[in-house]
Amino acid sequence: MLDIFVPADTTACALGADAVAAAVITEANIRKVEINLIRNGSRGLFWLEPLVEITTEQGRIGFGPVTVEHIPQLINHIFEPDITDNTALCLGLIDQIPSLKNQQRVNFARAGIIDPLSLKDYLAHGGYLGLQQALTMTAESMVDQVIASGLRGRGGAAFPTGIKWRTVLETPAEQKYIVCNADEGDSGTFADRLLMEADPFQLIEGMTIAALAVGASQGYIYLRAEYPKAHRVLQQAIDLAYSNSYLGKNIAASEHQFDLQIRLGAGAYICGEETALLESLEGKRGQVRAKPPLPAISGLFGKPTMINNVLTLATVASIFARGADWYKTFGCNRSVGTLAIQLAGNIAQGGLIELAFGANLRDILVDFGGGTATGKPIHAVQVGGPLGAYLAASEWDIKLDYETFNDANAMLGHGGIVVFDDSVDMLQQARFAMEFCALESCGKCTPCRIGSTRGIEVIDKIQQGEQPKQNLILLEELCDTMQYGSLCAMGGLTPMPVRSAIKHLKKR
Amino acid sequence: MLQYFQPDKDLGTPTSSAADAQNKTVGLTIDGVLTHVAVGTSVMRAAAQAGIKIPKLCATDSLAAFGSCRICLVEIEGQKGYPAACTTPVQANMVVTTQSDRIASLRRNIMELTISDHPLDCLTCATNGNCELQDTAGEVGLREVRYGFDGANHLQAAKDQSNPYFTFDPAKCIVCSRCVRACDEIQGTFALSIESRGFEAKVSAGQNQSFADSDCVSCGACVAACPTATLTENTIIKSGQAEHSVITTCAYCGVGCAFKAEMRGNTVVKMTPWKDGKANQGHACVKGRFAFGYVTHQDRITTPMIRDNIDQPWQPVSWEQAFSFAAQRLRDIQARHGKNSIGGISSSRCTNEEVWLVQKMIRAGFGNNNIDTCARVCHSPTGYGLKATLGESAGTQAFASVDHTDLIMLMGANPTDAHPVFGSRLKKRLREGAKLIVVDPRKIALVDAPHVKAAFHLQLRPGTNVAFINAMAHVIVSENIANESFIQDRCDTTAYQQWHEFIIDSKHSPETTEDITGIPAQQLRAAARLFASSGNSAIYYGLGVTEHSQGSTTVMGIANLAMLTGNIGREGVGVNPLRGQNNVQGSCDMGSFPHELPGYRSVTDASNRAIFEQDWGVSLDPEPGLRIPNMFDAAIDGSFKGLYCQGEDIAQSDPNTQHVEAALLSLECLIVQDIFLNETAKYAHIFLPGSSFLEKDGTFTNAERRVSRVRQAMPPKAGLADWQTTLGLAKALGVDMHYDHPSEIMAEIARLTPTFAGFSYARLDELGSIQWPCNEAAPMGTATLHIDTFVRGKGLFAVTEFTPTTERANRKYPLLLTTGRILSQYNVGSQTRRTKNNQWHEEDRLEMHPSDAEQRGINHGDWVGISSRAGNTVLHVKLTHNVQPGVVYTTFHHPLSGANVVTTDNSDWATNCPEYKVTAVEISKVLSPSKWQQRQQSFNNKQQSLLDQKDKTIASNSHEQ
Ligand SMILES: Cc1cc2nc3c(=O)[nH]c(=O)nc-3n(C[C@H](O)[C@H](O)[C@H](O)COP(=O)(O)O)c2cc1C
Ligand code: SF4
Ligand code: SF4
Ligand code: SF4
Ligand code: SF4
Ligand code: FES
Repeated sequence: MLDIFVPADTTACALGADAVAAAVITEANIRKVEINLIRNGSRGLFWLEPLVEITTEQGRIGFGPVTVEHIPQLINHIFEPDITDNTALCLGLIDQIPSLKNQQRVNFARAGIIDPLSLKDYLAHGGYLGLQQALTMTAESMVDQVIASGLRGRGGAAFPTGIKWRTVLETPAEQKYIVCNADEGDSGTFADRLLMEADPFQLIEGMTIAALAVGASQGYIYLRAEYPKAHRVLQQAIDLAYSNSYLGKNIAASEHQFDLQIRLGAGAYICGEETALLESLEGKRGQVRAKPPLPAISGLFGKPTMINNVLTLATVASIFARGADWYKTFGCNRSVGTLAIQLAGNIAQGGLIELAFGANLRDILVDFGGGTATGKPIHAVQVGGPLGAYLAASEWDIKLDYETFNDANAMLGHGGIVVFDDSVDMLQQARFAMEFCALESCGKCTPCRIGSTRGIEVIDKIQQGEQPKQNLILLEELCDTMQYGSLCAMGGLTPMPVRSAIKHLKKR
Repeated sequence: MLQYFQPDKDLGTPTSSAADAQNKTVGLTIDGVLTHVAVGTSVMRAAAQAGIKIPKLCATDSLAAFGSCRICLVEIEGQKGYPAACTTPVQANMVVTTQSDRIASLRRNIMELTISDHPLDCLTCATNGNCELQDTAGEVGLREVRYGFDGANHLQAAKDQSNPYFTFDPAKCIVCSRCVRACDEIQGTFALSIESRGFEAKVSAGQNQSFADSDCVSCGACVAACPTATLTENTIIKSGQAEHSVITTCAYCGVGCAFKAEMRGNTVVKMTPWKDGKANQGHACVKGRFAFGYVTHQDRITTPMIRDNIDQPWQPVSWEQAFSFAAQRLRDIQARHGKNSIGGISSSRCTNEEVWLVQKMIRAGFGNNNIDTCARVCHSPTGYGLKATLGESAGTQAFASVDHTDLIMLMGANPTDAHPVFGSRLKKRLREGAKLIVVDPRKIALVDAPHVKAAFHLQLRPGTNVAFINAMAHVIVSENIANESFIQDRCDTTAYQQWHEFIIDSKHSPETTEDITGIPAQQLRAAARLFASSGNSAIYYGLGVTEHSQGSTTVMGIANLAMLTGNIGREGVGVNPLRGQNNVQGSCDMGSFPHELPGYRSVTDASNRAIFEQDWGVSLDPEPGLRIPNMFDAAIDGSFKGLYCQGEDIAQSDPNTQHVEAALLSLECLIVQDIFLNETAKYAHIFLPGSSFLEKDGTFTNAERRVSRVRQAMPPKAGLADWQTTLGLAKALGVDMHYDHPSEIMAEIARLTPTFAGFSYARLDELGSIQWPCNEAAPMGTATLHIDTFVRGKGLFAVTEFTPTTERANRKYPLLLTTGRILSQYNVGSQTRRTKNNQWHEEDRLEMHPSDAEQRGINHGDWVGISSRAGNTVLHVKLTHNVQPGVVYTTFHHPLSGANVVTTDNSDWATNCPEYKVTAVEISKVLSPSKWQQRQQSFNNKQQSLLDQKDKTIASNSHEQ
């Protein structure tokens, strides 16, 4: 029987994967061939989606991007696979193509390879080895392991994960919680979603390990409401984990209990900020809480709460499966491990690129991205989501690690890179940043609540040539007020894109 | 204590809530000053305590720190950026800088943003001169708004004037959320929220409703918390800011909230709950906070009046004329009918000093013990039951005790309506995780309130309290979960043995009592286990316990339950009567009882009498006098002819109105002293105009035995304060009494009452308020009673046999009527009905379960007749699931409602406290008011015209002059 893989991932489906899958079945029926159609996750090469794969003796051969119209034409190749096939759609052995071969996949090692909802597949590909290891350890040594690995949060702030875990572990309470931040709100980012759709057990395993380490018995995944597919996949995976004793009472035949539920987000960017997220989980308006108290000490319903990003938690599974030392072989400076780079915007080859920290930004744009989709020169890129800095061509020879970016008044954030060609108007981008802040501000603190709206007004005045000098000074002072006065990073980081955009504007 | 107006000092954040805050301090340096504060204190509060002021807008020390305005930014060595002082807790060796050029410019730029969306009309603003925003803009040195005023703003937002007492003007709002947090954290009503995000964020009542349409209960906490003019009292908008203030005590309910009466000359412009008030800690309810307009209401009578009989017009006279007329009549009656033919009733609304004088005048001047008080009709069973079992006729705790309670059993009380400020405190504790058992025939608000849910609502049938409380004890005894060591150490074990034999009988098992009480046995068992096993369990109860034929029995049953589980004698536990009126505890303490001298000392005991006889220079009658119901009976018999009634409206408040009316009509001399011509005064021959609490000095004693000062804020409208009026009458009667100031009366109280020995006005000024006993043994007063031993020595388990009331549902009267009160009105309503509180409760309605209504063809809003064996009346009906089938409910705040025409003269076996809470009735649809109501209406009209004729007399008198 022939294994055929057609991704069921959100991006692949948006590009027609479901229709392709249906066409494959129709053709197979016509030809009376028995096939085994597997709806895998995406490998993250979005420019090749729908990426259809078939198993051969040499390995899996890829075709893409495939459309329904291609099916009859391609079907012979599919049934008589030939790696030397040189039709445009045949990519040859998929793991040999440079875009994949040159990546260093840790989190996404299984993405696109396994059936996301097959526990058997997951186990066959090293799944739950981490949990097995964890079950042999004390809570303290587990936390030590995470500290030793140097893992830092992938949600944006890059806080050392083990330190947070230790705080939760050391705060006595009858009830503690693990919360997974799956609100993935940054424009142009998709790594969390891709992982949840392609390899959901990895997240469940990571959360289970985290629960054991800090002494929590209840977990929540706070999932972006706009991710219906991820919701479905995750829910099915959770159900499977329950029915196979990987969740609930006596996890993996141990005496530990861990329950996990999905909660849908409120559809606001600010609900990705951890304290607003907790408010939202409690059924309140997503409004930022002042810290302290840290969520690790007083979080959900006032109880110690470990809140981590999807990728952070997923990484934990690998760290426990393969050890902290192995993990530390990736990365540079204090940025240990791999970064899930998400290339989007005006780019020829958009998608997910997982690499050890320290890769060169220009290489990513050129080698992996292949330039703009429009063919015009790249003019600027915004790294780190809507609150990240704009970097111009002169700044692209920069190492992708937290320290280097910090030194350059920029940030890596969640690893999103959005590309703009030379038609971009940087003053308009500065205005967008203020507009985004005005739209998404929770409205709690003065600098962000009023400042963002005043920011739009001041930029408008500059655009209209109204006292541009004074207004540029005022804008800079406003940025300063927002940066140092805001309660959370929403208002605090908005000046980053504004200032960087203005900087490039001035250079012009 | 006259205070020139000064906003209270605000330390920015509350005291530290850290578990070890009591005994651990940390040292830090703020602007070079080394200071030590409790662990968990905020940098802002630490600075304030060290005399360093950090500007603030969203922080206030009554609310948890929030961190939204960002004006309080400081620098802390070793920390990135500029942390907010309000949300940053101190750490050992922290080095804080609160002033620098950098901080100054940040603060100014933040303030500039705030003011860029604020009208610049300070000079015409209602809070000009008392505005935190204005002050803070001044502090940070804001000089210009570079953004201009053409940008987006909220300056056109419409005002909400739906609340009668305050205005919400969102154009001035800085979205600091203090109002929202006050409503949540302090009041616990959760009526406000912030709507929308970002620049659009705004304060919204309810679901974008007006304040009046929202859940708002008009407590004013949000208004007090608002740092701008956005939420402002209408009185301030109308008259401007106060220039001086007087600290005094609320004259409404038994919580006894402390207030700052803020004055312009002799006019109250605002009643601000006083932050240092121990009973209320800066909170208040709609009554004390706003409903003070009655004090200057046109219905106030300000001249003494007399008449020969009640068909004559009133004749205004001088005080001297009134006193001698009254004295002559009283002496004349005594000459004809004997010494015991006259008596008096003291008021639970008047001050301790006034009550003291009334009982003294009666004992020393009338020469008998015919003195009683309205406590007779509310908490007399509390006094009796707690004295018998524990040894002291008062609640065992301070209100603050509830902050340490793990389980609250609330029985026959509705604190969110009747004791609102305590209700808020209770809700706060429940939100912190304490559990709640509600025992009430009605679904009171606390059964299911925002963020509060009762673990059990035991919805018992009216009149079955004793069966219930016995069943609770039975479960605890039979399941062996009693606190044996407490009983052995602290209680009379012989009595306990007897009681044990009594209670272990299976007739008290919840399975047996289920038929009587209607409470499912399993529920009751679970509740009893919870009560016995929760750590600190406390019982709070109200008139739903006392106003029954077995009221005293239930009170003793409650005391039994507390002793049985060892829940007495420390913080967080205890037996807590929620007393109704402001000074009902005090009026009892001051000896307003026919059988007891002040301090609950039996009048039949010669040694007790001797103390007073010596001091007063008279000999006292050893025979106990008449209780109020006995006075009525004796009046109808013809043996009781003269009554002095101070500040109580017996015609409306006592049960079986028609019986009371008959008694009043039989009197030859009825002297009424009140601020209004109340229902009773309509039967009076002499009217002595009273003074409101704002017009006199004195003290009130609240439900936690806390004695607080009442201070004169304005001169008495009628020229005399109530204590002076009683003195005048006493003098006319030839009684030797002389005081120049109520403080001298307090000195006498202290001299003659051991539990008050440590009291004086000087001491009260010093400590703010004092809980009795206060004497040599307890110079600071006593928060918790019975700590090491019970006042009576050993706690006494009293056998509490259940005897069903004779008021039982039967074929003729198949429903049970029970009564209660609501938040906005106070008792007979003579005060609150003369304020804008009427907006919330224009009439008393009958609450009825829809299934009972359906059987009788009654629809929502119909007129219904309520008849009992005592009488009948007519009210509009409200259908609701808050009452169970078979039970109907009403309030008694309006005189023409005639709730007490229906109630019977059944009463508590021990104290005669009327059985207001159970009357068998039938309800039917009717078309017009009852005969009694029609008669009463015409009687009212007639009395009103007799009063109006007085005004004509005055007018013509002044014409002639
Ligand atoms: C405005 C704002 C939005 C954020 N959105 C997200 C988000 O969508 N997903 C996420 O994981 N973290 C988000 N964060 C970061 C979280 O606050 C928090 O740092 C993170 O969940 C911690 O997890 P980590 O330590 O694993 O990164 C956001 C932060 C801010 C200030
Ligand atoms: S910075 Fe913006 S999003 Fe963050 S708390 Fe302030 S208003 Fe809310
Ligand atoms: S008046 Fe009281 S109940 Fe009403 S909104 Fe303000 S705080 Fe809440
Ligand atoms: S109404 Fe007053 S307290 Fe409420 S948010 Fe506005 S300014 Fe603050
Ligand atoms: S009526 Fe009671 S709760 Fe309300 S303000 Fe007065 S004393 Fe306080
Ligand atoms: S006072 Fe500290 S942030 Fe408002």
